[in-house]
Parts: sequence; C-alpha cells; structure tokens
Amino acid sequence: MTAVQTRSTTTNKTLGHPLNAWYVAGWDHEVTRKPLARKIANRPLALYRTEDGKAVALADACWHRLAPLSMGKVVGRDEIQCPYHGIRYNSAGRCTSMPAQETINPSAVVPSFPVVERHRFVWVWLGDPAKADPDLVPDMHQMDHPEWAGDGETIYAPCNYQLVLDNLMDLTHEEFVHSSSIGQDELSESDFVVSHDGNTVTVTRWMLNIDAPPFWLKNMRDKFPGFEGKVDRWQIIHFEAPSTIRIDVGVAKAGTGAPEGDRSQGVNGYVMNTISPETDKTCHYFWAFMRNYCLDSQLITTQLRNGVHGVFGEDEAMLKAQQEAIDANPDYEFYSLNIDAGGMWVRRLIERMLVAEGRLAAAL
Amino acid sequence: MAATNTEVWQSASVLAVADVAADIVRIELAPSMPKKADPGSHIDLMVTIDGEQQKRSYSVVESSEDGTRLVISVFKAPASRGGSVFMHTLKAGDSLRITQPLQNFPLRVGAERYVLLAGGIGITAIMNMASVLRNVKADYTLVYAGRNRTAMAYLDQLRELHGERLVVHVDEEDGILDVAGLVAGLDLATELYMCGPIRLMDAVRRAWTERELEAPNLRYETFGNSGWYDPEEFLVRIPRLGVEAKVGQGRSMLEALEDAGVDMMFDCRKGECGLCEVRILDLAGTIDHRDVFYSERQQRSAAKMCCCVSRAVTTETGARADADPSRGPAVVTIDVS
Repeated sequence: MTAVQTRSTTTNKTLGHPLNAWYVAGWDHEVTRKPLARKIANRPLALYRTEDGKAVALADACWHRLAPLSMGKVVGRDEIQCPYHGIRYNSAGRCTSMPAQETINPSAVVPSFPVVERHRFVWVWLGDPAKADPDLVPDMHQMDHPEWAGDGETIYAPCNYQLVLDNLMDLTHEEFVHSSSIGQDELSESDFVVSHDGNTVTVTRWMLNIDAPPFWLKNMRDKFPGFEGKVDRWQIIHFEAPSTIRIDVGVAKAGTGAPEGDRSQGVNGYVMNTISPETDKTCHYFWAFMRNYCLDSQLITTQLRNGVHGVFGEDEAMLKAQQEAIDANPDYEFYSLNIDAGGMWVRRLIERMLVAEGRLAAAL
Repeated sequence: MAATNTEVWQSASVLAVADVAADIVRIELAPSMPKKADPGSHIDLMVTIDGEQQKRSYSVVESSEDGTRLVISVFKAPASRGGSVFMHTLKAGDSLRITQPLQNFPLRVGAERYVLLAGGIGITAIMNMASVLRNVKADYTLVYAGRNRTAMAYLDQLRELHGERLVVHVDEEDGILDVAGLVAGLDLATELYMCGPIRLMDAVRRAWTERELEAPNLRYETFGNSGWYDPEEFLVRIPRLGVEAKVGQGRSMLEALEDAGVDMMFDCRKGECGLCEVRILDLAGTIDHRDVFYSERQQRSAAKMCCCVSRAVTTETGARADADPSRGPAVVTIDVS
C-alpha cells in the first residue's frame, strides 16, 4: 500500500489509491446500530452509529489482541465493545473500559477515521486527518436533491478501482458490451471533446439525429407517451478526483435545441458512480441512476435501477475478466487508443495525488 | 495502535544541534528511511552508556511533511540514567540508530475544544500537536508551565505561533500552577492532552476525576521516567528464590531482577500494562509508584508494584539529604509470578 511505484502512465496498468480523499464506506442505510465490517483502501473498518445517529468508522481491530470490533456490539451512547474480552471504545476510538483493572491503559486506542454523511452516503477519510475537509466531499448532489429521483446499488467488483474509472470514462464500449440496451453504432462514430482542470475531467459526446436505443426509447415514452422519431443523444462524463464519476445522459427529440441547452423535449438522467478501492485488486462500486422526470413514480425508479443493474452486470463480467487477464499476463503492457483520452487524464490526476502523498515517484 | 507501532530501525544523521534552554538541546535528524511523524509520536533510539547500547524514547517536536527532517529536544536530567548525558554530546555529522516514528499519544482532530498542557520538557510531546491544531483552526489553549524562563524551551517560537492561545506559567514568578482551577473551567466537550512531571499529571488526573469529566478525554503519555521522588539506590529481595539484588540509581527494578537471573514477565516497560506486577511482602522505606496501571487506592495500599518503573526510596519525604545515613538504603521484599 505504501510502496512507491515508478511513474509511467502506460506501464502502471493499475494505480494505487490516494489516501487523502473521501471514499464512500457505505450507503447511509447500511450503517446502523449493528456494526458493519467493510474494508476501504486496504483498511478494515468497523462502521456503526451512535445513539444520536452519528456515523462512526473505527479500525476493525481491538487494541488488545486485534479481534474484529465489527463482531462486537454497540453499547451506551457512542461505544462499541470488543466481542472477545469486552474492552470498550468510544466513537473517538478511546478505550473507556478494561476488564479486571481499576485504570485504563493510556495507550489503549484504536484509530478513528473522520466521517461525513452526505448525498445518501457515509464517506470516510483514511489519510492525514488534519486534511479531512468536508468541503472536499465530491459533488453528488443529484443523489438527494428535490429535482431528482432514483436509486442505486453496490457492485463488489473484483478488479482494481482504476479499471472501473477507465470503463466509465470511455463509453465507446457501450456499443460492444451493452449492444442490447444502450449501445449503438453511432457511439464509436461520433466525436468527443475532453477537458480537464486540476481536479476534474470532462468528456462530452453528442450524437445528433439518431434512433434511440431501447433503454432510451422506453424512457422517452415514460415522459412522452407514444413517442416515435429521431433523437439527439448526449453523454457528458464528469470525473472528480480521485474516483467519482457522474454521467449526464439523455436524449431529446431531434432538433429541439438540446445541444444548445434546451432539454425540455427530452429525458435526462445522471448515472452516479463513486468507487472505493477495497484492496489493490478489488473495489466497492457504488452507483445510482437519478432522473429529473416522473419524480413520483416508484415504478420507474425500480425499473431504471433494475435496467442499470443489468447493464452494469455486463461491465462487471468484463472488468473481472480484464483483471484476471492482467494478472495472468504480468509481462504484457497496456497500450492506448485515442478514445482513452478521458481515462488517461484521470490517471494523470490520480498520479499527481499519489506523488503529492509521497507514494509514487515523481516523473524524472 | 499496535499495528502502526512496528519498530523499523534505521540510521539517522545529526544535521544540527542547538541549545534552546538551560540544559536543553534541540537535535535535528535526517533519517535514512523517512516517514512523517504525526503529532504525539516519538522515536526510540540507541544511546551509548558506559560503552553499552540502551534504548531511549524522545518525542518528535517537529517533522517535515515528508519526514526527511525530524527534530527532538533533550533535557539533561539531574538524575539522568546516562541517556540524556550521551545525547548532549552529539554534534552535527554524528550518526544514530533510530526507529521510524512510533505513536502512543495520537491527537484526535475534530474535538470541540482542546487544552494542551506541557510541564517543562513535556513541551516536546505537545508542540507538534499545537501546530496541527493551529493549522486546522481548532479551538485550543496551550498551557506551558515551567520552573523559570531560562529552563523553558521554545518560548519565543510558541508565542509567535500561538499568540493569545499560549498561556505561560512560570513557577518562580507565579507560584505553583493552579491545576484544580484549570480543570474546573473545562466542560465535557474538551479534550486535554498533557505531558510533564508526574506530580503535575497526578494532580490533573485527580482534579479530572473529582470534576467527573470523561476519563477518555484526558490524554497523556508517560515514559515512566518521572517519579514523586528522585531515584535512589535500593535493595530488592525475593526470599522464595533466595535473590537479593541492588537496584542502582540508573537501573530499573525489573532490569536489576533480570540481571540477577530472575525469569521476569513484562511487556510495555513504562508502567502501563501491569504485566510486571510483583507482590510486596515487606518494605523498609516508601514505594515511589511511577506507573499509571494502579489506581490511587491501589497505590496507597502498597500491596503490589509495577517493577518496570516504580522504585523504593528511603524516607517519606524522599529527600535523601534528610535521610539518616545509618538507616541504609530502602529494602523491598517481594514475590514474583
């Protein structure tokens, strides 16, 4: 985890993960009064809520003999009790009670990590706590904004988190991986524009006057019953370092001004993705599909969630196979295509974060 | 935080040495395997005493962001066991064996309020914490107490950095620090971090308990090297094993028993874990309890002691000059597990 890699954008097939960043540890509803064990960024965590509802992330190993605290129970106002010898810790990770002695060893502490609850997720900061600024939580405001509705799931992806980012930054793959739902020939035929700043990368692609693929035809008919005809389709990928990607997607009736900003004759979704590395070869991939039409239809929420579940299942199979192929071919390199521009900027930004943390050697 | 406390030994070169107060030197080190020192961390290093290597711990006063430069400060204690005397002979260019930073005294970022309390050389464990709290714009007060100004390191630097947040207490000017008054002004949301002489820390612990503040919010680190009395030579006897050992001024009772071939159990060697506990059968003198394992009640009963740090002294006052030389050294008769 702390090994210093040599910087090379093409030869580092997968990257380490920055530690000075907020990662999602779980959905808000997953963190309860019953402790949850989850490993984020190679760090096993015990997650629970205090009596007044505050989410807590402690290292999942008792100070004494490293028994997992997540197997224990919450006690009192904000404490968790080790299941083995009953040692208790408060939400700051300080020991509050030791068996069979009148004092508490002043060294008895388990690491407690900064936590912020935002956008329906519990975010945790595993790096330098002095740098854990809540304002650095990635923008995922569509998750809990009154103008948006939807839901999502978690994929346990057996691959390095970078491979998921690559996947989401280049949607050309939809034509081949998702041909039955959202793929269409125009994807690889249309041009795209990439831009970036110090912390974000944006990839914009418009496909004008095309047939809507099955997924989007259904959505158009939800809003415009009986819709027929050509559409203008957009995919605007917003990456925010180190691992959050929101994809502004949608279609509108062709020629009604969507590229110029009038999307009133269309349907708009946001594919919300944030990926938390678990180990160097596994990750927790949290996603949701949010929409800004038919907000009160739970049926559409469920249909969209199930639809995207099917689409992402196809990605999952590919990502697993890709990681296996990487492991099976350690002496082969990656090569890049022009379509990788977005993903390569993502890698560049992540590399800079790793260099700043002293965990990746700077370029010569 | 056992997981982060793996002792990784390495060499370090001395970059600079400077006097920063009476009998206190500041030593700047360049470790060969740099790792950033978080606030509250210390390094262990090997000192040479009478040609023998011994391990000592020193708080990290400052660390560069990448850990390539670590600063410690060493007080030449009047009752030194030899470590601080050795450290005061160091000069730029010398080489030492040190560990990477170790952490037993972590600072939690995110408390509502903080009081940092440093007594004398205890400022070394507190300085880095104060800097971090300042950087994260926390609500903190740094109370720095010392005998007199010439004995207090880094006063100017701290004043410049912390301004009104620094409260300086000089015993020779202001009298003894009013610990009860200090603790009386605290609330349940305040965390207090302290490092200093055991009399100061005991007073704070007592006031903390009386005020019924939450025990986990009182944070301190002890290297077990400070007592109520100056260390004296004393005798330890184990009748069951037919052992009598002399505990020199610069040795611990545990070390003396180990030297005498007694198979001793121990772990932390700083009076925290209680594994080195011995039962006291008889006592000529007084026990100077230097551990934090026993409660005050248990210490008063003097039935057991932590032999890694606690000692025996001749008189109730502990002032050797007052002791009647004909009484001889203190003698503690014990049994071990």
